[in-house]
Amino acid sequence: MDKIKQGTWVEIEQVVLAPEERAPTLPEDTQKVPYILHVSGFLTAEAEIGRQVTIRTLIGRELSGALRLVNPSYTHSFGTTIPELLTIGTEAQA
Amino acid sequence: MSARDTSYAAVLARKNEIMKTSMGMDYAEFIHSPVAFDYERLMSATGYSMEDIIRIQAETKVGSTPLFELRNLTEAVRKFSAPGKGAAILVKDEAANASGSFKARRASISAYQAAVKGYKGIIAATSGNYGAAVASQAAQRGLKCIIIQEVFDSRGVCQPEIIEKSRACEAYGAEVLRLSVGPELFYMNLRTLEETGFFNASLYTPFGIRGVETLGWEVAHQVRARFGRDPDAVVITHAGGGNLTGTARGLQLAGCRDARIVACSVDLGGLHMASDHDFNRKSFTTGHTGFGVPFATWPDRVDVPRNAARSLRYMDEYQLVSQGEVFYVTELLARLEGLERGPAGNISLTAAVTLARQMDRDQIVVVQETEYTGAGKHHNSQLAFARENGVEVRRGDPQDNVPGKAIVIPERLEQVRGRVQDMDKLRRSYIKNAAKAYPVEKWSDDDYAFLAADIKKDLAWVKQAASGLD
Repeated sequence: MDKIKQGTWVEIEQVVLAPEERAPTLPEDTQKVPYILHVSGFLTAEAEIGRQVTIRTLIGRELSGALRLVNPSYTHSFGTTIPELLTIGTEAQA
Repeated sequence: MSARDTSYAAVLARKNEIMKTSMGMDYAEFIHSPVAFDYERLMSATGYSMEDIIRIQAETKVGSTPLFELRNLTEAVRKFSAPGKGAAILVKDEAANASGSFKARRASISAYQAAVKGYKGIIAATSGNYGAAVASQAAQRGLKCIIIQEVFDSRGVCQPEIIEKSRACEAYGAEVLRLSVGPELFYMNLRTLEETGFFNASLYTPFGIRGVETLGWEVAHQVRARFGRDPDAVVITHAGGGNLTGTARGLQLAGCRDARIVACSVDLGGLHMASDHDFNRKSFTTGHTGFGVPFATWPDRVDVPRNAARSLRYMDEYQLVSQGEVFYVTELLARLEGLERGPAGNISLTAAVTLARQMDRDQIVVVQETEYTGAGKHHNSQLAFARENGVEVRRGDPQDNVPGKAIVIPERLEQVRGRVQDMDKLRRSYIKNAAKAYPVEKWSDDDYAFLAADIKKDLAWVKQAASGLD
């Protein structure tokens, strides 16, 4: 597997609480899954995806976890067309 | 990381100590009993006057936002209102604050206080606009910032609106801790405060609420300057209660005592707020009944020893609207008024349509916020996401709306009808929660007086309500 270079912007995953360590009185569907953290930062040493690594966040804190994504990006959008919205103004003016 | 025990129970047990260190404030001196505390003394303990707050906010691009008259929307409402009805609808364009929402007011004083007190950084646990607000204020005050968000369900699926908020926080230079669904956000907040020694920019501190007072203050002064009179009603989106509390206090401080304070939330009845499955079946992440009702009926369910946001103290009326109605009005704001704004900021605008229809033509109803819009934070994104997740989206009668199952977008503006809630039922629910926190037989005269003020009723009403409990 390819090594990811030190200093690359990455995202790590940490299991903060295993299901049995979670807060009491959670709904059943939430209780049975772990409490997971994702956070991005610069990789402090060369590593492969899935390995335990340390990152330096935007404010300079060092955090550790499993290397999950390389160059994580935001791809959210305005969504697919919702035809139901398109006629709204026209109706009110009629 | 500290060598201390970081188990859930151990961190929660250190709550009071962590709070004290992270705010430089000890609530013990204000607390009288498990229910009563000296609210006004807590609020004034910030040490800032209205003039101070206005000055502090101006330094970081907060406040003095425009107040617009929505003439076309007002005319559209008048078309189906009874003769003589159809109040003028005004909107305070809070999207003009740095970071794009009124939450900048709420973050500004905390950031200032943190800087003055020498904290190196500031932390807030929020998936809403408040995160971007804290990050933006921190950037301007030279503070490090950590935002802790509830972002994805166990499938890793995220709401577009929350992804946009993660992006915005990073854009302002914050470290963003993105977590799966669960109320352990509070645990994570405490743990991170303890690890870093940063300032706690909780939404519910007196700093947060005092910061919103300028909003009500500006509304009063702007309406007077333009119309020579006070507003008749001010509509406020209600979730945790800070927006309503701060705005109402600001109006009062400006001497505007007769304006009706109307709260409005999106009805998400039937969806569980801590459920992994229900998480992505909501099309609103705030301003909804999942926060609005529990926070009104027991404000102290928060991350600080006492909540400075106490909505029933100021609320005159509470309306619920559906998701489809808010999306409809959001689209209409763009089409009729040329203002494209985020849907969560238009919840109160939706209630204003109902109010304007009931009020006289010469009256004034003020919608006191808007929020920025963009990819993710847009009604089209939210509707596309809902459809992808199996929620039905259609035009029709909004009364057929079922949270998590069907979003019904009205066919006509006259179908937009806020549903007025029974305020006394909310107040009785609050009294019941107070009795759970502290048995009624132990209540002193001071407790009764506090409770009466906290729900805007007289002593006799509180005594009657308390005696009627099971």
